[in-house]
Amino acid sequence: MKPILKVQNLSKDFIKSLDLVAKGLNRIGQNYKEEVVHAVDDVNFSIFKGEIVGVVGESGCGKSTLGRMVAGILSPSTGSVEFDSSQANNKEIPSALRTQMIFQDPFSSLNPRKRVVDIITEAPIYHKLIPPSEKRAFATEMLQRVGLDPDTLERYPHQFSGGQRQRVGIARALAVSPEFLVCDESIAALDVSIQAQIINLFVDLKDKFDLTYLFISHDIGVIEHISDRVIVMYLGRIVETAPIETFVKQPNHPYTQALLTGVPRLEVGKRQYEPISGEIPSPLSPPTGCHFHPRCKFATARCKAEKPALREIAPAHFSACHLNDEA
Amino acid sequence: MRQALEPILKINNLQTHFFTKAGILKAVDGVSFEIAAGEIVGLVGESGSGKSITGFSVMGLVDAPGKIIDGSINFKGKDLSALSNDQMQNIRGNRIAMIFQDPMMTLNPVLRIETQMIEAIQAHDGSISREDARIRSRDTLGLVGISSPDERLRAYPHQFSGGMRQRVSIAIAMLNRPDLIIADEPTTALDVTIQGQVISEMQKLCRETQTALLWITHDLAVVAGIADRVCVMYAGRIVEQGLVANIIANPMHPYTQGLMGSVPSQNQRGKPLQQIDGMVPSMLNLPVGCAFQNRCNYANEKCSNIQPDITQVADGRQVRCFNIPVGQRL
Amino acid sequence: MGASANKQSYDLPAAGLRKFWLDFSESPTAVIALFVFLIILFIAIFAPWVSPSNPYDLTSVDIMNSRLPPGSEDFSGNYYLLGTDGAGRDMLSAIFYGLRVSLGVGALSGLVALILGASVGLSAAYFGGRFETIMMRIVDIQLSFPSILMALIILAAFGKGVEKTIIALILVQWAYYARAARASALVEKNKEYVEAAKCLALGDKRIILSHIAPNCMAPLIVVGTLQTAHAISLEATLSFLGLGLPITEPSLGLLIGNGFEYMYSGDFWISIFPGVALLITIVSINLVGDQLRDMFNPRLQK
Repeated sequence: MKPILKVQNLSKDFIKSLDLVAKGLNRIGQNYKEEVVHAVDDVNFSIFKGEIVGVVGESGCGKSTLGRMVAGILSPSTGSVEFDSSQANNKEIPSALRTQMIFQDPFSSLNPRKRVVDIITEAPIYHKLIPPSEKRAFATEMLQRVGLDPDTLERYPHQFSGGQRQRVGIARALAVSPEFLVCDESIAALDVSIQAQIINLFVDLKDKFDLTYLFISHDIGVIEHISDRVIVMYLGRIVETAPIETFVKQPNHPYTQALLTGVPRLEVGKRQYEPISGEIPSPLSPPTGCHFHPRCKFATARCKAEKPALREIAPAHFSACHLNDEA
Repeated sequence: MRQALEPILKINNLQTHFFTKAGILKAVDGVSFEIAAGEIVGLVGESGSGKSITGFSVMGLVDAPGKIIDGSINFKGKDLSALSNDQMQNIRGNRIAMIFQDPMMTLNPVLRIETQMIEAIQAHDGSISREDARIRSRDTLGLVGISSPDERLRAYPHQFSGGMRQRVSIAIAMLNRPDLIIADEPTTALDVTIQGQVISEMQKLCRETQTALLWITHDLAVVAGIADRVCVMYAGRIVEQGLVANIIANPMHPYTQGLMGSVPSQNQRGKPLQQIDGMVPSMLNLPVGCAFQNRCNYANEKCSNIQPDITQVADGRQVRCFNIPVGQRL
Repeated sequence: MGASANKQSYDLPAAGLRKFWLDFSESPTAVIALFVFLIILFIAIFAPWVSPSNPYDLTSVDIMNSRLPPGSEDFSGNYYLLGTDGAGRDMLSAIFYGLRVSLGVGALSGLVALILGASVGLSAAYFGGRFETIMMRIVDIQLSFPSILMALIILAAFGKGVEKTIIALILVQWAYYARAARASALVEKNKEYVEAAKCLALGDKRIILSHIAPNCMAPLIVVGTLQTAHAISLEATLSFLGLGLPITEPSLGLLIGNGFEYMYSGDFWISIFPGVALLITIVSINLVGDQLRDMFNPRLQK
C-alpha cells in the first residue's frame, strides 16, 4: 500500500540575515555571521491513509514548523511534501484545500469580526464548492457535525467558550472536504474535561469522513491514546518512529525513554522522579553530532562527533541512535 | 505519612467576590481547608474554578473589583484577611511566598538576579549586610539545583531558559525560609522533562526544609505525584478533598470521577474517552442548587434546588454531594 | 453526544456597542467631550439653519454694523451675541460657518489620508521584504519633517486654494496612518486566523481586505480622531498665515487671522472668539481620542 503523504528530506531554516551595518563591518574585517536556526532538519516519513500519526516533542523540536509545512502554510527550505492524489476521497476538490490545519489557540484562530456562519462558509463559497444560496443550510450541517447548536450561526467568536471555538475551527476545516488534517496542539489550551470531548470528536470525524491525521502534541498521554504511530522529535530531527504498542512498551531512543518516564501519571503511590539532567539546548547553537548527547546517560565519543542516521531497527520501528549499531 | 500536626494555615468559608459592571462573580464561594506544617496540598480545578483566586486571597493580592467579603484566613494564629496591606507586606515574601506560572511575573527583566534576591532578603531583614545576603542568595540558588551559582547571580533573567527562570523564582521564594509556599501552576508552562526536574526538586526541598506547599494546578497527575492531600474545586467551591491516595483510588464526587475518567491514560485505546458533557456554567449565571447538576449523571431534583453541603466520609474525606451512599457517610 | 449540553453559549456580559459605551463612559471627561463635539458637529453640518444670519450674504451685511462689541444690537434690531467683525458680519454666524469649513476640510483630508495610509501600511506589513522596507523608509522620512514645514513647502509649490490645502493636509497626514496600520497589521498577520485563511487558499487580496483590515480598525480610529484634530489645527495655522483657504471660504483659522489686526484697537472679539471655538473643537476631539486610545490599549484593560 502506498502512503497517502510522503515527506522527503524536509528542512526549514530560519535565517536572520545580516543588515547593512553588519555587512559593512564585515568588509572591514569584522566577522559577523548570519544566525541560522535549523528548525526542521532533514525529516523523512510516510503516512498511510486513515492513520493517526502522533508527533511528540518538547519546545524547539520543530513539530509546529513541521506541521505548518505539511499543511502548506510554510514553504520548506529543502525537501518535499507529496500527496498521493489517487487516494483522495474527493477528486474534485482543489489540491490546495486537501490538507487543513486545526490550530492551538481557540482565541486567535477565529476572526473576531466574522460571524460563525461566515467563518465556516467563506472558503467553500470562495472556491465555488457551494453556491451562496446554500450558505445557511451548509453551515447548519457543518455545525451539527461538530456537535454545536445550529442556533448559534449568527454569533461571534467571543460569544463561545474555548471548547466551542475549537469545534468551530474544526467545522471550518471540514467545510472544504479535506483529506488530511494537521492538528497542532489543538487541545492544549482547553480544560481537561473539554479535551476529552474534542479528542472523541476527532476520532469520530476521522471514521465518518475517512480522514488521515497528523496529530502534534506535547501531551504524551493523549498521543498514547489516539495515535496509530508516533514520531518523536528533538531539536529539529526525528529521533524515533514506532507503532504505538512498540512506543509504549519498547521505546528505543534514550530521549523517548526519558520522556515516557518523566511524564506525571495518575497513579496511586508517590512518584520517585528520575528526571533527566540538563536543559533543552537552544536551537541557535545545537550540540554537535547527536543533539541529545549532552543529556544522555549512554553517550559515547561517537555520539558527540557523528550525527546518527534514522535506521529501521525492527519492522516499522526506526531510531536514530548509535547504540543500536553495537547490537 | 505525616503526623497530624497543628495546621499553620486554616481557611474557613472564604468568600472572594468580584463586583463587576455585569454582575457579582463569586470566584471563591465558601472554601475551607487546612494545611499543616511541612504538608503538601494540591488545589486542583479547571479554568474558572477559583483555585488561583484562592491563592491570591491568601496572599492578599486580590485587586479591585475583587474583594474578600467573608471568611477567615488563619495563618499561625493571625487572620490574614483582617490585616492591612502594610502588615501583609511583612508576611508576603517572608513567611508566605508565592510562585507564579510565568517566572517573568517574579523576575524583573532589567535587574540582575543578585540584585533581586538581595533586595528580597533585605526587605524583610534590615539588619543583614549585603555580603551576607549575597551568600544566602548563592546558597539558595545551589539548593534549587543551579550550578555555578556565583556566576549565575550576576546574570540577567533573559540569559536563563524557562526552566531555569522558574528555578530562580523558587529560590527567591525560599530565600527567607517561609513557612508556606503557594505555587500557582508552576510547571504548566514547562516542557515535560523540565517539569519532572522541577517537581522532584520542589518535593525534595519541601521535605528537607519542612516548608508547607500549596500546589495549584489543573493537572491531577502532577498532584498525584507530589501531594499528600488534594482539594478539588469547581465553580468556586471545593467539591472533594482528602488524602491523594484515597481520592485517586476511589473518587467520590461525580466531577472528580469525570475528571479522572477523562484522562487518556485511564481509558482503553480505541474506545472513546469518558467525557464530562457540557461546559462549566458562566460564573455570572450559576444555576440554583449544585453548580455541577447540568453535567452530572446522578443529578436529581434535590440537586436542582439546594446547594449541597459538605458530607464527611471516612479517612478525613469531605465530599460536597447529596448522592454519597448512606453507608459511607459519617 | 453533548450537542444539547453545548447549547448554552457564553453570552459574555455586554458585547458590541453596549460594551463600547460601558467602557467609554468610564471617563466622565470623555463623555462630556463627546457631547460637546457632537454639538459642534451638529452646528457645523446645519450651519445655514442654525446661524442667526448668513454672514456671507452680501445683501444682509451692512458695513454700518461693523465692529460692534458682543451683546450689542444694531439699528434693525438684530442681536449680535458675539459682536461683529470689520465688515459688519455677525461673529456667531461667522464662527458657525467657519466650523463647517474647518471640520469639513479636516474630516475630508483625514478620510483620504486614512485610506491612502492604511493601504500602504497594510500591504507593507503583509508582503514584507523589500517593498515594506522601502515604503516604511519613505514614511519615516516623511514623519521626520515637522508637519507645518511640509505643508508650507507643498503649498508654496502648488499655490493656495481649497483643493490644494486639502491635498497638502493629506500628504502631511498619510504617514501616521501608514505607520499605525502597519504596526497593527504585523500583529494580526501572525495570528492563527490569518494562517487559517492561508490554509484555506483564500488569496492575498481577500485576506488583507476581509481579515486583516477590519481587525486593524481600532488603532486607526484612534489615530483618526487625533489626526483630525491635528489637521484642523494645521489648517487653521496655514489660514492664519494667509496660505491656506481663500477668503471666500473662511475657516476658523482665517477668521482668527483676519481679526488679528483689530486686536490692537481693543476689538478683541473678532479674533478671540473664533480662537476659543477652535480650541474647544480640538480639545474635545483630543479627549475623545484619548479615551478611545486607552480603551483599546490592552495593557490598561482589567
